[in-house]
Amino acid sequence: MSIAQPVFIVLLAAGAALFGRNLMRVRRNILLGRDEDRTDRRAERWAVMARVALGQGKMVVRPVAGLLHIIVYAGFVIINIEVLEILVDGVFGTHRAFAFLGPAYDLLIGSFEVLALGVWAACAIFLVRRNLIRLRRFVMKELDGWPRTDANLILATEIALMSAFLLMNAADLALQQQQVEHYVQAGAFPVSGPLAALLGFHGLAPATLIAVERFCWWFHIVGILAFLNYLVVSKHLHILLAFPNTWYSKLEPRTRLADMPRVAGEVRSMLDPAVPPPAATAPRTVAGVEVPERFGARDVFDLSWKNLLDAYTCTECGRCTSECPANLTGKLLSPRKVMMDTRDRLEEVGRAIDAGKGVWKDDGKSLHTRISEEELWACTTCNACTQACPVNIDPVDIIMQMRRYKVMEESSTRPALTGMFNNVENNGAPWAFGPDKRMDWARG
Amino acid sequence: MTDPDRIPTMAELAAAGEAPEVLFWVGCAGAFDDRARRITKAFVRILNAARVRFAVLGTEESCTGDPARRAGNEFLFQMQAQQNVAVLNGYGVKRIVTACPHCFNTLRNEYPALGGSYEVMHHTQFINALMKEGRIRVEGGSFQGKRITFHDPCYLGRGNGEYEAPREVLLKLDAALVEMKRSRAQGFCCGAGGAQMFKEAEPGAKEVNHERSEEAVATGAHIIAAGCPFCNTMLTDGVKKLQQEGKVQVLDVAELIAGAGEL
Repeated sequence: MSIAQPVFIVLLAAGAALFGRNLMRVRRNILLGRDEDRTDRRAERWAVMARVALGQGKMVVRPVAGLLHIIVYAGFVIINIEVLEILVDGVFGTHRAFAFLGPAYDLLIGSFEVLALGVWAACAIFLVRRNLIRLRRFVMKELDGWPRTDANLILATEIALMSAFLLMNAADLALQQQQVEHYVQAGAFPVSGPLAALLGFHGLAPATLIAVERFCWWFHIVGILAFLNYLVVSKHLHILLAFPNTWYSKLEPRTRLADMPRVAGEVRSMLDPAVPPPAATAPRTVAGVEVPERFGARDVFDLSWKNLLDAYTCTECGRCTSECPANLTGKLLSPRKVMMDTRDRLEEVGRAIDAGKGVWKDDGKSLHTRISEEELWACTTCNACTQACPVNIDPVDIIMQMRRYKVMEESSTRPALTGMFNNVENNGAPWAFGPDKRMDWARG
Repeated sequence: MTDPDRIPTMAELAAAGEAPEVLFWVGCAGAFDDRARRITKAFVRILNAARVRFAVLGTEESCTGDPARRAGNEFLFQMQAQQNVAVLNGYGVKRIVTACPHCFNTLRNEYPALGGSYEVMHHTQFINALMKEGRIRVEGGSFQGKRITFHDPCYLGRGNGEYEAPREVLLKLDAALVEMKRSRAQGFCCGAGGAQMFKEAEPGAKEVNHERSEEAVATGAHIIAAGCPFCNTMLTDGVKKLQQEGKVQVLDVAELIAGAGEL
């Protein structure tokens, strides 16, 4: 047993353990939200997940980006079979452990190579779209700083990982051809074959080739472990969360707003004295503190866990914002920013809870510190954003809960809306016409 | 159709021990807004032509609560909704038709949770059904050969998945139906939803309705067909802003059908 095996096992265990811990932290943060039942109509939920996440059904609405994304997605899923072989080789000190599959192995390696080249090219085109063509949704202000760096880092990393994979195979092929011991004759190399020829690998000494092959092998697997742990500080978490997030999709019609059973109960009691008012519910204890039941959302604790899962799932593609009528006519509102702000606030709260050893201390801030009234009141609830989102994120639900908080807890609204409220209350219409005028149209 | 005696109310029918085929929910815009009243009357002409036994709630109808709910005032929504459900259930209402997609959405999707479950139809769906049943016939008429573009109301299309009924109805006019750049699921809002109709727009570079009206006018259509009284107002204003009101008309689907059939 060489020294490489224990080193590999330790790295693998550390990478996996760290990833597990990071994921648990994300889970804890999501569960800071209030409860909401999204487990009904299971058959439909599986179907939505299969169509939207697995089948990329909403990605292809924009064919260019959709097709490129499918290449990266398929590459990611399928090349992971190769990672499985790397794991086996790393743990047992074998080389190309799956080579016994024969022609099937050739087919696998060959298709990985084609996909790897596809992923490489797609990521390169994505970088060009972001940095040279500068599509509007990729250069908006809300992406300044970390979000833009994050996006470029992800694409650069994927290009580096694919390069390492192809270079590794190129060196391996040269070693196979030189019949170097340990390098079994296996695999088909439609991409790395020409690459090896291009780089003149056949003329290199076995020692040099082994160095290249080993370096790329280690780079590839350490890169994947590092990338796995990078996910949780990045917008890239969507590669995992897209699946649960679509499973828990809102299944009701888009324009159906969420109910508030407490308000319904109180009004029922007001209208019918025989109905007792709803009993007070005990405040929830979250991260060591009591969170009172509020009308609408002040902070992340008041949103539902699904809103928070939405926030972590968002990969900042900006399709929502690029179809938002408010945003497209120069208003401050951007549904993507609402999701990013929600996630950033949740992360801020999560870090404070970690610092407080599991206990939350009010920092005087809230969702409203990040999302202004001007943004909230610009929404037309048209649901272009929820329609556009490739992973069924719902920014309108968050906007509506924040409006509810503003109106019902702070009595803060736009002046004209106060007039509308008064009219509805007094006349049963949003305008100043009394009910006695309701039939005037038939006379006029 | 200006004879008030021809518009039966639920109260009158109930007093006579009768029930209508369908309740026509007029909506606040349809009852009070001068422009939307013309849509209401056009739809009544269609109902009468098809000999539909309908009734309205009249003075017993009250705002569904949609704008209050979208503006964050759930208490006011509940007050409206629960009282409306009590009235509707009191009359044993089973089927409702309305020419307003916002009333449609609230009645159809949000009242069941409050004990009010009805079969709710948008008037374009209802007209489409009447045509399929052969209860009304329209043969091109005055709109034959005109270019018409349909603006999808968000609360009918994306909200409730109905894109085809209004188009099927419009196709009966023997007109050329042209689509805007953004239509159906990708349709662009008129700017009125989410209680925006009742407030000033937030600061921005442009009004949403101007953007949409430009897109509609760019199709070269003679007529922009709407299926919502609020979209109608927004697009009419937008067409005026573009000084195209002499060339482009904004008309509700019901007005087009009533006009074509000379009902």
